[in-house]
Formats: sequence, structure tokens, C-alpha cells
Amino acid sequence: MAAAVEIEGLSKRFRLYHEKFTSLKERVLHGGRVPFEDFWALQDINLRIETGDSMGLVGHNGSGKSTLLKCIAGILRPTEGEIRTAGRLAALLELGAGFQPDLSGRENVFLNASLLGLKRADINRRFDEIVHFAGEEVERMIDNQVKFYSSGMYVRLGFAIAINVDPDVLLVDEVLAVGDEAFQRKCLDKVSAFQAEGRTIIVVTHAADLVRQVCTRAAALDHGRLVATGDPNDVIRTFRDRLMTGAGASESAPATSDVWGRARILGVEVVYPEPSQTALHPGEPLELRIAYDTCGNTIDDIVAGIAITSSMGQLAYGTNSHLSGQELGTLNGTGVVAFRVTDLPLLDGTYRTTVSLHTRGGLQYDHWEQSVPIDVKAPGRDVGIVRLSTRIVVSPGATIGGSGLVFRK
Amino acid sequence: MATTAREIRTSGATVNLRSRVADIVAYRELLLNLVRKELKVRYKNSVLGFLWSLVNPAVTIAVFSIIFSVILPNSIPDFALFLMSGVLVFNMFQNATSAAVGSVVANAPLVKKVWFPREILPLASVGSTFVDFLLQSSVLVVAFAIVRWHVGWAYLPLIPLAIVVALLFTTALAIFLAAVNVKFRDVQHFLSIALMVWFWGTPIIYGFEQVAHRLSRYHLSWLPLINPYAIVVMSFQRALYNRRAVHTGKTVTALLPTHGYAWYVGVLVLVGAVSALLLLGAMHVFHRLEGDFAEEL
Repeated sequence: MAAAVEIEGLSKRFRLYHEKFTSLKERVLHGGRVPFEDFWALQDINLRIETGDSMGLVGHNGSGKSTLLKCIAGILRPTEGEIRTAGRLAALLELGAGFQPDLSGRENVFLNASLLGLKRADINRRFDEIVHFAGEEVERMIDNQVKFYSSGMYVRLGFAIAINVDPDVLLVDEVLAVGDEAFQRKCLDKVSAFQAEGRTIIVVTHAADLVRQVCTRAAALDHGRLVATGDPNDVIRTFRDRLMTGAGASESAPATSDVWGRARILGVEVVYPEPSQTALHPGEPLELRIAYDTCGNTIDDIVAGIAITSSMGQLAYGTNSHLSGQELGTLNGTGVVAFRVTDLPLLDGTYRTTVSLHTRGGLQYDHWEQSVPIDVKAPGRDVGIVRLSTRIVVSPGATIGGSGLVFRK
Repeated sequence: MATTAREIRTSGATVNLRSRVADIVAYRELLLNLVRKELKVRYKNSVLGFLWSLVNPAVTIAVFSIIFSVILPNSIPDFALFLMSGVLVFNMFQNATSAAVGSVVANAPLVKKVWFPREILPLASVGSTFVDFLLQSSVLVVAFAIVRWHVGWAYLPLIPLAIVVALLFTTALAIFLAAVNVKFRDVQHFLSIALMVWFWGTPIIYGFEQVAHRLSRYHLSWLPLINPYAIVVMSFQRALYNRRAVHTGKTVTALLPTHGYAWYVGVLVLVGAVSALLLLGAMHVFHRLEGDFAEEL
């Protein structure tokens, strides 16, 4: 297969001036020398993206993933190294960049599409498709000035233009998360259609789920270096391990109640079945141990709770000793409350646990918000949070009905 | 889906000039759209609309005509027509460079987010002022027709040639200034002063010979021709105003050199060739600086 994008020995240096001297006088006053520091945003990146691949670039903030995308797009010039791209490139770095508020939607479609390199005849041919994709609302207001559009319409029209430019290589930076749910689904459908046509997609994102869902390959960046490439699941795991090492358990949140501090969480221990384990596998039990200290108080109204949230902040599970009817009784001094989960049916990912001590009425003694990571390693490429075992059977010629409730359009 | 032309683009240390020109040609649709946008947006929500682009030169011509034929008479008869011959094409230069110098800076959000040949931005500034120039020229044609002025028909072919030279030189400067201004914002302030001096240094208000014959004492009568715009303006005056010298009473004032058609063509071609070289140089400079645009803005 031919490479759609080939990156060789790419490095990008940013010069950070301590003070920016943009006028000649200032330069002369400083004898032509402006104090600066070199910052290498990218270092020696070698990456080959085959035609038809969907490559996800992941990394934490400042890892250089957006810089890399801008280099591929030709917006930034590499300091060292080379990037070769084959075919027409369209970059979705910002939707509706270059929209002129004073021009109508129609005029902006032509302006923006030509900005992405389309010829007039091509734009004419695709105009209806673009406007239709942007949605009914935009269709109705296509001859109104863009400044009267809602921000949602603005973004939808921008996306519709970019996606209909018919590129061989599509570069996407975090913009798939635009519009309402219906529009997002439309975008993902379009992306799937893209993949089916054998086009190349490069996505930069924080959302590990999106990468797992959309990408066939992934690359992780850390401090400007490529730390992993290959199967999305493996890469995301590497990326996550790196992210975790930097993020320790966070301190307690500020006082939020009158009883705050009457009991404290001293620490939380995540216990996997084997001491050597760093992640949980399907079917394995998990134990969360919360070390508490009542700070010299005798407390008979104490509830311990946990909540497990996905990396996207979605609540996966929550319980406490009161809700589950397993009261803690009267506590005095230090000790441990253990939550034993027999099986954690979660999909691959890093989950964060919120731990809390509070009264039955909900007044908090102490609270650690999403501070304890639990790593789950589950094979497969299912999406979502919950791991369900599903068997898929096809019976040609069969019909539904007779066994349950039937829904029809 | 339609198959698009396959292209291989390399983003590395150097991209040769030919592929840059090819990029610009491939993006000509954008250039046209930007020119159209510029013209549309400029006079949006104004009652007179594009007529405003005629008002400015009209007032300039009126003011100068009153000053130099009534208050400080300068011995050039029908001064308004003489002035009109040269001032419009210089106006284009002035407006195009003033617009182009800030074109990259003004479009920072675009430059940071989308790839396209950045030369398009100053080119669009030149393009839209050129359209203005064409509109203004129609007024000039009407004015000359109304007074049934005897234009120099034989010299009229100089005008398209002079316009080509003017565009080459203007474009070269526009591209150069737009790039340098990203790094040194002084350029835009400096330019407005330079253009003022340039205007008075170009034989628009006075005739070329009025200066040249004073310099001839020092064998420097060629000196004003170093200004590429001198020959452009002179070609316009030769063809439109069509008088080499004017008589007021007994005194004869020479305005234009006595040379014939061939001399004008020769100087125009020479200046055109120099301008073309400047344009290549400007594109080179632009390309050198372009890599830092997205960071500097």
C-alpha cells in the first residue's frame, strides 16, 4: 500500500521570546538580540500513515499532537525533517474559519470551499449536498448573512463544507464533537463512509473512546516524542499509563459543610487480585479500601460511598453503605472501610473513583473527587462503558414476533 | 465520488518557485472569491455602495485642480485632465500596497487554521484595487469624451503595457510588504509616509521635464526614471493628455521628454523586466518568512 502521509525525522522548534519585540526600534535597542528560549514541540517523529488508514493521534495537553497535525496540514513549517503527503488534503482544525459574517451563507460556502481548494464547478455540483448536510435550519437561511446564524448553525455549515470537499486525506482536530447528538451521529456516519471509500483520516483527540471507535491505528505522543504506534487499544493503554504516572492522588476538596473535617479519608487502596497487577481483567474481583480517621470524634451518623466514572466523566456506578443497607455503625478512631466488588463488568479504560464520607443527610465529612484511578483491560473493540457478553446469530428468512414485544416503524 | 487530481506535496525545507506558482494557479478560485468578497464587504450597508470608490479620487482631483489652477496656478492648462491622466494609476498603487501590507496580519485566524498559498492574500488586495481602478478609469474616459479632448491615439497602446508594468511592480511590493509586516509591524506605518513622499516624487502634479531639465545641469536628468512609477504615469499622460509642452503666453513649459513611441516602449519593457525580477525576489522573501506566519501572528 502507498503511504498517504510519510513523516521522516520531523522536529519542530518554537522560539519562545521572553518579550515580543515586533518593532524595529525595539530590536535595535536590544542590539538585534531578543532573549528567547527554544522549545521543541516535536522531536524526531517518524510515522507512516498508509492510504485508507484511520489514524488517531492521542496525547495529553501540550504533547505536540496538534502541532503535528498542523505540520501535516502545512500550516506550520517543520524545523527539521520532511513530510510527504499524497492527494488532496483537507484540515478541519476549526470549523467555519474564514467565514465572513457580512456575507450570506451561500456566498460563504463558495468562499470557504475555495479556501479548501475547490474549483467553482465542483462547488456548484456539491452545493446542494453541502447545504442539505448542514441541516434544515441552515437550508432555510442560506441566503441570510452568516452573522445571523446561531453558533450551532455556523459550525454545522463549516463541517458540511469541509467534509464535502472530497479530500483524500482528512485531518480532524477535536472537531467531531460539534453540534447536537443527531448531528454528531451524522458526522460519524460520514466518517465511516469515508473509511469505506478507502480514504485516509487523521484524528487528534483526547477522547480515547472515539479513537477506539473510529480508528484502525493510533499513535501516542508525549512531550513531543512518539511513544507508541499500532493497534488503538495498545496505544491508548500506553498513553494512559504515561498520563497516570504524572497524576497523583489529588488533595481534598475545600470544606463544603459544617461537619467537614470531623472525619477524614487518610488514603485509598485499590486492590487487584494479584499484587503485581496494575489493571483489572474481566471477571476478576476488585477491592477498594478506604482508610479513615474520625479525628477524635465518635460518629454514629457516617456513610462511606464510592462512585466510578469513565474517563469522559460519565457515572458508571455508585453506591454507599446507607443505600446498600450495610450501615457502618458507630466509628471512633482510625480504620478501613472496604468495598468488595465481585466482578466489574466494565469495558477497557481508565475509570476514576470518587470516595466520600458523609452523614446520612448528605453533609460531607471528607470527599475525594475522581481521584483514584482504576485501570480495566478488557479485550475486544466494543464501545461504551459496560461490558456485556453478546452472541450474534443470524437466521435468514426468519421473522420476529411470538416471543416478545414487537416494535415496528 | 469523483477522483481528484493526485498531488504530492512535500512540506520541508524548500519548495521550488514553480510549484508555488502552480499552487497559486490551483487556488485561483479563492483569489477571485476573495476579491469579490473584498468589494462586496467594503461597501456593504452603505447607500452609495461602490460609488464611494469614485468619490475619493474625484475629490482628490477637484481639490488639487482648484489649488493648482486657481490658488497657486502652475501654468499647466486644463490641469484637471493632466492630473487625472496620472493620478488614477498611482492611486491604484497606493491603495493596493496599503491594503496588502496588512493583509496577512488581518487574516491571522485564517492563516493559523487553514492551509492555502498565502500569497493569495496580498494578491487579493491588489486584485480588488485593480477593479476599483477600472471603475475609476471609466469616469476618466467619460470626462475626456465630454470635453472632446484630442488624445494621442497613436500612443494609446502604451496604456495596457503601462498597466501590466504597474501591476507587476505593485504586486511585487505588495507581496514583499505583506510578508515583512508580519515580523515588523513598523512596515505599515512606514509605508504611509513613504507613499506620501512617493506621490510627490512622481510626476503627477507636475511634468517630468520640469524636474528633469533642472537635473540636466548635473547630468542627472535620468534620475527621476529610477522611480518605476514615473514611466507608468508618463505613458498615461503621453497617451491621454497628449501634450509634450504647453504654452502660457510667451513661455513654453516642457512636460514630457521629446522622445517618441519607441522610447516609451523601451523604458516600459525595461522597468517591466526589473519589476518581474522584483516579483521573483518578493516571492522568495515571502516564502522564506511564510513558515513563521502561523507562529508570529
